[in-house]
Amino acid sequence: MDYKSDPNKIGKWERFFKWVNGEDSIDSVWEKEMRSKITGKRKKRRKTIEDTIERINSYSKKIYIILSVFITVVYIGILLYTVYELPEHGNPLNPANNEVSQRYIEHGVEETGALNIVSAMILDYRAFDTFGETVVLFTAVICVAILLRRTDEDKTDLEQDSFKSDRGDILKFAARLVFPIVVLYGIYVIINGHISPGGGFAGGTIIGAGLILYSAAFGDEKIKSILNYKSITVTTVSCLLIYFFSKGYSFFTGGNHIESVIPKGTPGNILSGGLILPLNICVGIVVACTMYGFYSYFTKGDI
Amino acid sequence: MRILEYVLLIFLILCAIGATVSKRLLVTVIIFMAYSTVMAVIWLFLEAPDLAITEAAVGAGVTSILFFLTLKKVDSINKGTREK
Repeated sequence: MDYKSDPNKIGKWERFFKWVNGEDSIDSVWEKEMRSKITGKRKKRRKTIEDTIERINSYSKKIYIILSVFITVVYIGILLYTVYELPEHGNPLNPANNEVSQRYIEHGVEETGALNIVSAMILDYRAFDTFGETVVLFTAVICVAILLRRTDEDKTDLEQDSFKSDRGDILKFAARLVFPIVVLYGIYVIINGHISPGGGFAGGTIIGAGLILYSAAFGDEKIKSILNYKSITVTTVSCLLIYFFSKGYSFFTGGNHIESVIPKGTPGNILSGGLILPLNICVGIVVACTMYGFYSYFTKGDI
Repeated sequence: MRILEYVLLIFLILCAIGATVSKRLLVTVIIFMAYSTVMAVIWLFLEAPDLAITEAAVGAGVTSILFFLTLKKVDSINKGTREK
C-alpha cells in the first residue's frame, strides 16, 4: 500500500517515529486515524465511536495514574528492602572496616602530611579518581556551552533586557556587603583544605556562588574584564593539565606512587601536605569557573 | 541533641513529600532548597563537615539558582503549575 498518497494513513513505524520525535502525540494520531475511518460511514456510528475514544482516553489516564503509583511503590519497596539487608551501622565486622581504611587512618598524616584525612584520601591516595570527577564537571560545562551558547546573530534585545531590568538597591547593597566575605571564605576553605574540613570543590563552589551574586547585582560589565570566554577556557584547561601531569601517572603505574620531590612539611602548617595544596587550588579554580560559566550560559547564553 | 536530629529527619521527609506534591514549580524549588539546607545540618550531625559545606554551597546555593534561571527561561516562574 502506498502510504504517501494519503496523509491520514501512515504506517505503524512512521507513527512511532513521529511520536518519539515529539511531532505528534500518540493519542491525536490514533484519534485522527479513527476519525478517518469513520468518514465514509453513517453519522449514527460516528457519535458512538467518539464516545469510545473519550472512554478509552479516560481509561488510559487512570491506567497511567495506577501504573505510576504502582511502579513508585515497588521501587520504594526494593530500596527499603536493600537498606534492611545492609549490615548494621557501626559493627566492627562490617566489610567496610578492612585494612585499607585502617591504613589511611593510622598512617595518613605521616604519609601525606595532611591533617584532614578526607583531603589526604581524595587528593593523594585517590587523586586519580578525583581527576576523573573534575573532568566530568569540565565535560558538563562543555555540554552546557554546546546547548546554550548563542552566537551574535541569535541574540535578541528582548532576552538580554529580561536579565538586566530587575536589579534593586537592596540587592546591590547586600551584594556589596556579602561578596568580599563570601570570596574570602571560599579562598580560606580552599587554602585550608588539607588542615580543616573543606577543599577544592567546596571552596570553588563558594567562590562561584559569590561571583554569581556579584554578576546578578552589578551586571557583567566589570566582571567581563577578568572572566571572559577566553580567560575561563585557558585557566580551566591549564588547571586540568597541571592536575593531569602531577597525578596522571597513576594511569600507567597503577597503585604504585612515585615519590614526590615536594617536601611534606609539618602537618598543620599551611605549606604542608606536598601536592595537596596546589591540587586543591587547581580544583577550586576549575569549579569556580564552571559554576560561574553555568550561570552566565543560563542567563545570557555567553560568558 | 538526639531529639533535634529526629526533628530534622522528620522535617527532611516532610520536605521530600512536599516537593513532590506541591503544584507550583517555584514552590517546589524553594522546598528543595530547604531540603538541602536541613541535609547540610544533618551531615554535620553525622560528623561529615566536608559534605556539609559542599551540600550547603551546591544544594542550597548553585543548584537552586540554576533551577530558578531555568524556570525564568521557560517563562514559568509565576504561572508554572503541574496541571496545564
